[in-house]
Amino acid sequence: MSALLEARGVRKTYGDHDVLKGVDLSVDTHHVVCLIGASGSGKSTLLRCLNLLEVVDDGEIWFDGAEITDPRVDVDDVRRDIGTVFQAFNLFPHMSVLDNVTLGPRKVRGARRGDAEERATALLTRFGLADQARKHPDALSGGQQQRVAIVRALAMEPKVLLLDEVTSALDPMLVGGVLEAVRELKAEGMTIVMATHEMQFAREVADEVLFLESGVVCERGTAEQVFTDPSDPRTREFLARHLA
Amino acid sequence: MSTSWEVSARQLERLAYRRRRDRRRMTIALVSTVVVLVVAWLLITSAPGWERVRETYFDWDDAKAAFPDIARAFLTNIKAFLVAEVLILALALLVAVVRVVPSAWMAPLKVVATVYTDVFRGTPTLLVVLLVGFGIPALGLQGAPTSLFWLGVIALTLSYGAYVAEVIRAGILSVHPSQWASGRSLGLSYGKTLRHVVLPQALRRVTPPLLNDFVSLQKDTALLSVIGLVEALRQAQIFSSRDFVFTPYVVAAAFFIVATIPLARFTDWLSLRAARRQSGAA
Ligand SMILES: Nc1ncnc2c1ncn2[C@@H]1O[C@H](COP(=O)(O)OP(=O)(O)OP(=O)(O)O)[C@@H](O)[C@H]1O
Ligand SMILES: [Mg+2]
Repeated sequence: MSALLEARGVRKTYGDHDVLKGVDLSVDTHHVVCLIGASGSGKSTLLRCLNLLEVVDDGEIWFDGAEITDPRVDVDDVRRDIGTVFQAFNLFPHMSVLDNVTLGPRKVRGARRGDAEERATALLTRFGLADQARKHPDALSGGQQQRVAIVRALAMEPKVLLLDEVTSALDPMLVGGVLEAVRELKAEGMTIVMATHEMQFAREVADEVLFLESGVVCERGTAEQVFTDPSDPRTREFLARHLA
Repeated sequence: MSTSWEVSARQLERLAYRRRRDRRRMTIALVSTVVVLVVAWLLITSAPGWERVRETYFDWDDAKAAFPDIARAFLTNIKAFLVAEVLILALALLVAVVRVVPSAWMAPLKVVATVYTDVFRGTPTLLVVLLVGFGIPALGLQGAPTSLFWLGVIALTLSYGAYVAEVIRAGILSVHPSQWASGRSLGLSYGKTLRHVVLPQALRRVTPPLLNDFVSLQKDTALLSVIGLVEALRQAQIFSSRDFVFTPYVVAAAFFIVATIPLARFTDWLSLRAARRQSGAA
């Protein structure tokens, strides 16, 4: 089986700062790939390249059998199949939760309001957010906002979900609920690429773990391999600090 | 106020204290206001020229005589204001969006929009009124408006459109880039992200400064008097130069003041509503 999402030698430079120095990544359908690494190692940048928010400076990205780094590709077409959830939620503050979730289906997929709201309500209910549908995002807790952001991405029925440190802006108390949501998505067979600082969680859900250091993947393998028997000294040092 | 619990003695005491404090504050505010007004009144009326000023500016009979005609003329101000306001918003929104959108085929329009804002923001409104009011009819173009009202409205629209466009543009640029990223990530095109995500937030943000501009617009309808449109100021001028009195000007001023008050209250109401929305009581 060929990969659903694949990065080949992706490079990204800001000015003279090489943030990604030739990153390879391959994500099979129904698999969960976790990106770990120190702050500033390039995890977010890689995710932003994958959904074309950043234009790569070299290398290729393939999605669903096509090269999406081809400049002739319609980025909007690609993105409707790639769900993204950001570290800072980025909900639309001027809309109710329900409108946040239905905007994509209505304006991109052309769904009728009634249908979109019905499906949105079902999704919100599943993630314990039924009571919040009419509220504005500001009236929600951080954990609730992050779950809404996940629901908003799911409402587009994406083929792959990119999660960028979805718990790092949350109080420890609220992390559990969001991780539970991700766990459930994996059980359902959603394909996921997630950057995370939650090592225990990565170990639990990841089919593959990539350790990024200064824009280079210095270690990759199953969660078991990377966490118990890392081969690169930088990985060992990082894990020693973060698993303590 | 009814509560679902038995209010504690401490809370009752707090409420009583707050009531006493509020009453004390009210009294202080009232007394100090009255004192200031009385002192100001005494100072003004004891001035040597006061009798003459009172006769020329505050003559009750002159005011009564001028009132009906100035009231009628003021309707023209209101009409010019309302029509110009709508046109200004439409023009400004268009100009702001053209200046923001990064699209190759928009390039010539962008140049036009930039030159327009530079020129009209830099030209005094009075000059624009004069140039449009006398310039367009002088061109003798087929189909060009000749009514003073419409010429005036066009001048105000051109002048204020440039200001308001810049305010709206600033609002668009003030929306955080993460909102763009968020919209685009859902697969929304640039245009749809602008329309459904960014513009609504930008417009909400610039509403208070825009309303301020509109208060100013309401007053600037008086500038249309220079091209001979009979609005409140012009009407007051007519009385004044006929009877050599200034009271009609004061009457006209009163109309302008009274007209801006609803707008001010509306601004307050809007900010209050926005604040409530923010706190989540949807
Ligand atoms: N728009 C940008 N302009 C310039 N430099 C940038 C930009 N975005 C990211 N960088 C730089 O790229 C590097 C990688 O950033 P990135 O956000 O990908 O790190 P990260 O691994 O996600 O870190 P964290 O765990 O803190 O989120 C950082 O050094 C950052 O300063
Ligand atoms: Mg990051």
